[in-house]
Amino acid sequence: MDIHEFQAKQLFAQFGIPVPKGKEIKNARAAEKWAATLGTSVYVVKAQIHAGGRGKAGGVKITKNSEEVPGLAEELIGKTLVTHQTGPKGRKVRRLLIEEGAGIAKELYLSLLVDRDSGCPTFIASTEGGMDIEEVAEQTPEKVLRESIDPAVGFQAHNGRNLAFALGLPDLEPAVVKPFFQMLDNLYRLFMEKNASMLEINPLVITTDKRLVALDGKVSFDDSALYKHPDVEKLRDLHEEDPMEIEAGKHNLNYVKLDGDIGCMVNGAGLAMATMDVIKLAGSEPANFLDVGGGATKETVAAGFRILLKDKKVKGIFINIFGGIVRCERIAHGVIEAAKEVGIKLPVVVRLQGTNAEEGRKLLAESGLKVEGVADLWEAAQRIVALRKKKK
Amino acid sequence: MSILVNKNTRVVVQGITGKEGSFHATQCKAYGTQVVAGVTPGKAGQEVEGIPVFNTVRDAVKKTEATTSLIFVPPQFAADAILEAAEAGIWLIICISEGIPVNDMVKVKRALHGRATRLIGPNCPGIITADECKIGIMPGFIHKKGRVGVISRSGTLTYEAVNQLTQLGLGETTCVGIGGDPIIGTGYIDLLHMFEEDDETEAVVMIGEIGGDAEEKAAAFIEKEMSKPVVSFIAGITAPPGRKMGHAGAIITGGKGTAADKMAALTAAGVTVVKNPAEIGTAVQSVLG
Repeated sequence: MDIHEFQAKQLFAQFGIPVPKGKEIKNARAAEKWAATLGTSVYVVKAQIHAGGRGKAGGVKITKNSEEVPGLAEELIGKTLVTHQTGPKGRKVRRLLIEEGAGIAKELYLSLLVDRDSGCPTFIASTEGGMDIEEVAEQTPEKVLRESIDPAVGFQAHNGRNLAFALGLPDLEPAVVKPFFQMLDNLYRLFMEKNASMLEINPLVITTDKRLVALDGKVSFDDSALYKHPDVEKLRDLHEEDPMEIEAGKHNLNYVKLDGDIGCMVNGAGLAMATMDVIKLAGSEPANFLDVGGGATKETVAAGFRILLKDKKVKGIFINIFGGIVRCERIAHGVIEAAKEVGIKLPVVVRLQGTNAEEGRKLLAESGLKVEGVADLWEAAQRIVALRKKKK
Repeated sequence: MSILVNKNTRVVVQGITGKEGSFHATQCKAYGTQVVAGVTPGKAGQEVEGIPVFNTVRDAVKKTEATTSLIFVPPQFAADAILEAAEAGIWLIICISEGIPVNDMVKVKRALHGRATRLIGPNCPGIITADECKIGIMPGFIHKKGRVGVISRSGTLTYEAVNQLTQLGLGETTCVGIGGDPIIGTGYIDLLHMFEEDDETEAVVMIGEIGGDAEEKAAAFIEKEMSKPVVSFIAGITAPPGRKMGHAGAIITGGKGTAADKMAALTAAGVTVVKNPAEIGTAVQSVLG
């Protein structure tokens, strides 16, 4: 789960990580009031959406004049921002973060996430702050520093020294070395206590008055651990999520919307991905990823159908079930009942394999519905693509 | 031969009185697995289909000499269950549970480091040695004793591959689901090594997916250390970046972990990479000649 920058910074502040003084603002009037209270030399007005690249897309405004703040807020609220991470449709701005600006002497990069190889929480740091870290890693990999933390003992002073010296921090600004150690320790504590999956500060700045400040903040949480943190769950902003994905989540279905026109419904995540791949190989594009779980039932199939049909781009449906413990004739019953209930008019190909698959296909054939049962995966994929093209 | 488990493996099922636990313990037993014990705290003295239930893994091991554990407990208790099994001297732990918090697994992985105990999973279908023993949730009937070892991050996609191998008469030695989470106990390399050493295994099917770089690392290992042919399919060539595709570990981050990169690394290492999952079986058939 992702949260907004202003929420990330509130969390940073709770854990003793220095951030600029700022506030979440939803309209121009509140902006005016807050600007008067803030009383700073530089005001920064930042659009809050769950996507990077806001600066380049015009989502960040800076002014020295407090009287301009409400106007800038007015301009950003309700605007749709298109960044490289939002997709072409963009995201509507519903809230802002208005904060004090900082005099920047140097920009650094700092993040913390679990390294999959070592299985350890690992800090990533660089002197190349304010840039896309993936680009830095690509062009100058030697400038991306890593420090793994042993989860048995937690963050240790030597972890801090390793990073600080490698960054050349004592030469850049000796006054920030101790605050840097403190910041690492606090970030690690936040990461473990709140079950974060990623913390990122880009840029982390050394100010002209020799302070270390998190000028930006990004925090993601481990979905599997949200049950431990009701306070974190409250930070969820449903405006930032796809309504169909929210709907699927309610039925415990795993759905990801894509751009193609063949809707697919599969039991198991790996097979669901493989099914998308097969649709592409057969000459079409998948409209979605949808995993109805290892054991599919009539209810999950019906819920899946409804979600697929909400996507108006879908012109054909491919159901791929490998019946193991789940018996195929039950799935066939489920598909037939769900198809009648939902009123399917699109071509549907059901690939059934495994326990009682033949019986399942027979049921489909005798159902009187426009639902075809196929045994072979490749044949089934080609069939749905052909039916869809015929419809065109 | 086979790897990790065979008809003599003595299994304890943790969470045996739960819905999933009791169903699958019964299925495993029916396949021929020696399910010698179950564990559910507070339910010692009960039986599940003739399998005695104990309060702790320690008691179960003491009374039944179980060496392998199969875990079905809910994700919030699974890390503890893994550690309990390790403490009790279990040498092979197979954890089916899905949705264990990553930071719990970080601690578990650290605690198991340096111990003789091996963890498979979590979030996996388990292990099966065809016609000998099934320790997991896979449908037993699609497996047939044969010549091919299977390693996979997925569940139903593995069944797909296994079904093809069986239909073509190639059959399998042992099939291992390593799990779809970002932090897992045992990865490809250890298992590839075991299959390389196993007399009965003539070829290996390796099924990967987007996310992380385990497939790239496995490719480097295969190039250097494997004499047996490896056939691979990587799921997710159509997956968009930055989105989690069902499995917690199936995500392309910062342009890394794409199916295309993995396929390229494996191809360069001499692995036969199939783009169509329906062709896994025939690809194995052709490499075996």
